[in-house]
Amino acid sequence: MSEIFVLIEHRQEEIRDISFELLTCGRKLAEENSSKLTAVILGFNTEKIVEKIKSEVHRVLIYDNEILKEFNSETYQIVLSYLIAKENPFLFLIGHTAFGMDLCPALATQLKIPFTTDCLNIEISDNKIKVVRQMFDGKLDAKVILRENPSYMLTLRAGSFPATESNLEAEVSNLDSPISEEPDYRKFIEYIEAVAGDVDITKSDIVVGIGRGIKEQDNMTLIEDFAASIGGVVACSRPIVDSDWLPKDRQIGSSGKVIKPKLYIAIGISGAFQHIAGMKGAETIVAINRDANAPIFNEADYGIVDDLFKVIPILKEKILEMK
Amino acid sequence: MEIIVCIKRVPQTAEVAVKIDSTGKGIEKDRLTFDTNESDTYALEEAVLMKEKFGGNITVISLGDEDTEDTLRIALAKGADNAIRIKAEDFGVLDGFQTSQILQSAIKTLNYDVIFTGCISTDAAYSQIGVTLAELLEIPHASLVVNFDINNERADVQRELEGGLIEHLDISLPALFTIQTGINEPRYASLIKIRRATKKIIKVIGKDELQQDEFISNSTLDELFVPPISKQVEFLTGSVGESSAKLAGIFKEKGLI
Ligand SMILES: Cc1cc2nc3c(=O)[nH]c(=O)nc-3n(C[C@H](O)[C@H](O)[C@H](O)COP(=O)(O)OP(=O)(O)OC[C@H]3O[C@@H](n4cnc5c(N)ncnc54)[C@H](O)[C@@H]3O)c2cc1C
Ligand SMILES: Nc1ncnc2c1ncn2[C@@H]1O[C@H](COP(=O)(O)O)[C@@H](O)[C@H]1O
Repeated sequence: MSEIFVLIEHRQEEIRDISFELLTCGRKLAEENSSKLTAVILGFNTEKIVEKIKSEVHRVLIYDNEILKEFNSETYQIVLSYLIAKENPFLFLIGHTAFGMDLCPALATQLKIPFTTDCLNIEISDNKIKVVRQMFDGKLDAKVILRENPSYMLTLRAGSFPATESNLEAEVSNLDSPISEEPDYRKFIEYIEAVAGDVDITKSDIVVGIGRGIKEQDNMTLIEDFAASIGGVVACSRPIVDSDWLPKDRQIGSSGKVIKPKLYIAIGISGAFQHIAGMKGAETIVAINRDANAPIFNEADYGIVDDLFKVIPILKEKILEMK
Repeated sequence: MEIIVCIKRVPQTAEVAVKIDSTGKGIEKDRLTFDTNESDTYALEEAVLMKEKFGGNITVISLGDEDTEDTLRIALAKGADNAIRIKAEDFGVLDGFQTSQILQSAIKTLNYDVIFTGCISTDAAYSQIGVTLAELLEIPHASLVVNFDINNERADVQRELEGGLIEHLDISLPALFTIQTGINEPRYASLIKIRRATKKIIKVIGKDELQQDEFISNSTLDELFVPPISKQVEFLTGSVGESSAKLAGIFKEKGLI
């Protein structure tokens, strides 16, 4: 079997956590299949990144060029399609991130490589690939078999392969970028940082998260009163921010904030993986949801299966009584 | 400006139990309700806003069964001008790559400056069809778009990265954009408009009318199963008073209140 390649994701000079998870997954697959693991780094002034990746893989391939400083999927696609056509790795792994989602489908399609996205698990046998991915609002898992081919491309869900340490010594090669200019059809302009609001939800010991189960904006006072009774701040899932019922800096999840409070109470939140990514580090997790099958209960320590509009006023009373 | 919007009719599974059917590869659909995929409603709204600003035409397209025509009619009621249904019944089970190729074979015969899709379908959950379609059509793309405008015949686009960070891009047209939720406030269709839309004609295209007969699949679904439990939750049962008292007791015990 030819090699396994991992694309290192970095942003604003930092290697992103997903890269180490991809490397852990790649190492495991390489070991199981007597293959080798290669890290591919595209960037500018990549020395520090290379230093941290060297011990993780057998080989590091670097394209260090000013035009690769920021991630631009169209620029990356030109460089990576050139590299993959030359090296023909068996498997090319990319994170299922804003970066990977923008790149993988186009890159694999251009190269006519079978691919799929958002994999939680990967199994290789007889040069065939089976993956597990989720469907139907995360309620079911699907085992999916990829079309048999000499090479494959997959994106991996963050958190599926907790990063482990490794002490390999990689052979490092610097390669010449096949292009010297960003294509005119897609130009990176800038990053725009999120604006900070009045409350920093990452600083609170108790966070009360509200989701689409709240139904109407008028009902938000119910949650505010409840949060006040327990001394917590109000945060939320994405749809609440999409509706402008709370500002963006209250959103918990992959495209919002990552919180690690002592207590997180998820109310009327289904528990999409993008939400879980932001709160699974809480010490104690409580979920209140009408649907006993909601994925949030897979992450919770305590659960109440009931109508939030019935539970919240009474729970507030009980808390005030016990204080 | 010619705008195409890809929309999908999906089962609404967020709040109900989802049961695997007897084939082991699909779900029991009889008790589910179906509606436009969430991010597609934002994609359609963005198209309507662009049309209001720059003028032009909106074509909505969906690969789906006959019921999909209801979904397309709602899009017509919200401001789309034309609707196309590609008959899903002419095909067997499709993976995301095949869906992308079928959409491409229908779209390549149309005029367009901008194509909008949703950023993810809540049933298949690939987040791949928009970007794949762009590649097949050989046009540039940006995914997860949360801000969109057109200046000097180029798209001025903001895409959302992790942690709320925004990537600001400048993209030539024609191009494809996958739209993230929250970019706008999708309108509701009034009853009068829905009634008017029932009179509009939906163009239905069968497999024979696509100038391509082979659509390669990248993957096949082998089986569906209930996700293994990662953490054992303790359910607090009883009446609302009882479960709430138990929970408050746990908070007290843990020193949280
Ligand atoms: C790229 C990307 C990034 C994303 N980033 C984030 C993110 O950072 N954070 C985030 O949260 N989401 C994010 N999402 C969205 C995510 O996929 C889900 O759509 C979202 O988390 C769903 O929010 P929800 O649980 O509030 O709503 P739903 O999934 O609609 O769930 C509502 C829940 O409320 C329950 N409910 C309804 N009524 C009641 C009642 N009366 N009593 C009790 N329970 C009730 C229902 O049973 C259901 O479980 C992202 C999506 C994408 C594609
Ligand atoms: N059958 C379909 N017909 C039309 N558009 C679709 C179809 N399936 C997916 N799409 C579009 O592709 C987007 C992403 O879907 P997915 O890649 O499945 O997550 C959706 O939001 C739709 O805009």
